[in-house]
Amino acid sequence: MASGIKDKVAILGMGCSKFGERWDANPEDLMVEAYLEAMQDAGIDATQLDAAWFSTHIDEVGTGKGGTPLSMALRLPNIAVTRVENFCASGSEAFRGAVYAVAAGAADIALAVGIEKLKDTGYGGLPVANPGTLTPQVAPNGSAPGNFAQLASAYRAKHNVSKEDLKRAIAHVSVKSHDNGAKNPKAHLRKPVTEEQVINAPMIAEPLGLFDCCGVSDGAAAAIVTTPEIAKSLGKGDIITVKAMQLALSNGLESQHNSWDGSYFHTARVAAKKAYAEAGISKPREQVSMMEVHDCFSVTELVTMEDLFISPEGGAVKDVMDGFYDSDGQVPCQIDGGLKCFGHPIGASGLRMLYEMYLQLLGRAEERQLPNPSIGMTHNLGGSPSTNVCSVCIIGAHDA
Amino acid sequence: MVGLTGYGGYVPNLRLNRKVVASTHAWIAPNLMGKGKGERSVGNWDEDAVTMAVEACRDCLGDDDDRSHIDALYFASTTMPFADRLNSGIIASALTLETGTQAVDVANTQRAGTSALIEALNKVEAGGASHALVVASDMRKARAASAQELDFGDGAACFTVGKDNILAEFVGSHSVTHDFVDHFRGDHEEFDYNWEERWVRDEGLAKIVPEAIQGVLSKTGVAPGDINHIVMPCLFPRVPQSIAKTCGLNPEALHDTLAAVAGDTGAAHSSVLLAKALETAKAGEKILVLHFGQGCDALIFSATDKINSFSPRHGISGWLAHRREETNYMKYLTFRGLIEWEKGMRAEKDNKTALTTLYRNNDMIMGLVGGRCTETGVIQFPRSRISINPNNPTVDTQEPYKFAEKVGKILSWSADALTFSMAPPNHFGMVTFEEGGRIMMDITDVVPGEVESGMDVRMVFRIKDVDEQRGFKRYFWKAAPAELSAGAQSQAAE
Repeated sequence: MASGIKDKVAILGMGCSKFGERWDANPEDLMVEAYLEAMQDAGIDATQLDAAWFSTHIDEVGTGKGGTPLSMALRLPNIAVTRVENFCASGSEAFRGAVYAVAAGAADIALAVGIEKLKDTGYGGLPVANPGTLTPQVAPNGSAPGNFAQLASAYRAKHNVSKEDLKRAIAHVSVKSHDNGAKNPKAHLRKPVTEEQVINAPMIAEPLGLFDCCGVSDGAAAAIVTTPEIAKSLGKGDIITVKAMQLALSNGLESQHNSWDGSYFHTARVAAKKAYAEAGISKPREQVSMMEVHDCFSVTELVTMEDLFISPEGGAVKDVMDGFYDSDGQVPCQIDGGLKCFGHPIGASGLRMLYEMYLQLLGRAEERQLPNPSIGMTHNLGGSPSTNVCSVCIIGAHDA
Repeated sequence: MVGLTGYGGYVPNLRLNRKVVASTHAWIAPNLMGKGKGERSVGNWDEDAVTMAVEACRDCLGDDDDRSHIDALYFASTTMPFADRLNSGIIASALTLETGTQAVDVANTQRAGTSALIEALNKVEAGGASHALVVASDMRKARAASAQELDFGDGAACFTVGKDNILAEFVGSHSVTHDFVDHFRGDHEEFDYNWEERWVRDEGLAKIVPEAIQGVLSKTGVAPGDINHIVMPCLFPRVPQSIAKTCGLNPEALHDTLAAVAGDTGAAHSSVLLAKALETAKAGEKILVLHFGQGCDALIFSATDKINSFSPRHGISGWLAHRREETNYMKYLTFRGLIEWEKGMRAEKDNKTALTTLYRNNDMIMGLVGGRCTETGVIQFPRSRISINPNNPTVDTQEPYKFAEKVGKILSWSADALTFSMAPPNHFGMVTFEEGGRIMMDITDVVPGEVESGMDVRMVFRIKDVDEQRGFKRYFWKAAPAELSAGAQSQAAE
């Protein structure tokens, strides 16, 4: 039995670029922006980095393939750079690579950088993907919102929720995130919205309207990890450590076997259970202080509340409407504004989520600061409800 | 004895209101106002002659997906999607016919359907095949503000030909050939070029069709008065009546040409009319089938006492009743590619098809064939070496399992307005099958508000994408409402 990752690796520093329509910036500029902040936070120089992990999803725009875009942009000292790609969970994959390298003792200090430069396509929404030679011949013609919107019809059928009640609940999910994002200078969308605005917005993919969809933006985020011992030796006082880091992937069950009802994420439930076990959390609804989940679409966030076992099965609509996940609720969710307000530069998002949890745990979240959080959780999902990868990561104070 | 052992057809459910079209053109072509009556059938954007042919064959062959008895396939059309790729081969793949089936394309004339039928009847009679499938289908384009735009319709019909359980015995046929060019469509041309109607009527139809009728009557020894049903596509009203009289046939025996409800379906039309006539023919009655086109084919069938033992799944009458009125003329122009419209950058996606991948996965893509585990019975799509069964992932245990004739249920769905679609919003969803298996697939022939979880859907073979850069079409299966509804209104018409 593996001993798990708990408290073996500490976060030495983190950085995050300003997210948004960065017409001014090349991908390299965004990487440098996040990297320099993380390096300053860590208080080290490049010669102390042993290895790096680099996440970016889309080849058609952005940096292109391989690890060299990162090595070149940051002028890294010829260290190993591994490019990782795992759909929208790529950022968490970069972090996982760096954390594992440190935990294995293969690296003393490792860097993870995630980036996506989406706004060079000429149109809104995510770039149109061209996934291999077989998939386009059989897969339906649907966009990301169309895929995730399917959760709504299946969730309504399973839990007997009316169209209107679900629409209002997912509207509240977005309203809450916009309220939070308005307080975040690094967020892309910084305007509060009302439930009525969300409900009446133009339809993107039934039942998801414009405000049910996360923004599309450019951005980068970075993390530098080491052992708690090295962190202390480098003079760090408050040590934030990784408590759990789990990744679960679909194997075709959801898309090919009739045991899945389409209303939840099978992988998220698997990853969450393992992560709680790894972190020693038995009552997540009470023990998790805050979380950043993969709110690519409002309905994704809603069902995820159940998949992470925070809301009881079928109870997410009530919890959302009760304000359980609002900034003053019991488990604030998307306190930085989430994908909703940051947008979703794919390779960066997982690291951006960790960045907010890290700031909150260190009391550095300024206007958004929550009172005394001890455990922060991130949930980073990639793919579609029927075929996906799901990362669940828990971080907290070293002694928590 | 050889004859027809089954029949079926297909008419797409969109019916374009002719008055709307004629009124739109009244400023430039006021002469068309007289044609602004009734409606014509219009294939959805994802239909073509091949997909309609597949539907007609399925209508004829019924629920049984064991088609191993079919050993010859004839496909007739003037609008085949490929000039060099066996179009009947696409149909054979979609129907999962045995590879030992001879597949033949018959093209380039309005009478291609009857010519294919004569070939099939002769082939089976001679013992060259035991069960032939003959299908005719056409989806012709016409210029805006042309008479053809209003006259034409889209549709298909299919027959099985054999020596046992004959519904309508083949009495005989006669064909005459004249290089009479009433219209033509040049190589690489999209549209027909038509000569003066009066000449076509008086020098063509009025002389050539009787020659074929007299030929078949004298060859078979059937007396004109013994003909109970006549089917003859013709765009000129009253001409068939006058031809019938000339030939001593009873004009009352003429069947309606469906001009008011569907339009002329081109090379398929005599087959469409015959398939409809067989729905009501009685034992012992004789049917004369005529199709004019650089000459004329004439065939005589005699309904047997088995004529009532067969019914197609829906038949031409069933499909005609399954109509959705379309009053948006622009939709028709868009579907047929007759107008340059702003598709947006998302339409720039490269739809190049890897032909290696297509062939490797041919039964999956073209035939919607998945797998069934012979140990656990678990059914899945697609077939794979390791089974999806969560508790027992058996290896190399799967046999082919056909999904195409199964009725599915919508588990989850969305109407996607973001993705590029020829008929936005694009509906798609997870379809589950009662015996097992599920497929995330496009949903077609629906408008917003019609799809809901739990809805029953049937599988339909349709165009998946068009590769305009290379002139290739790829096909796959989609879900469509299982219930054939009558009189539905197109949303765009509201």
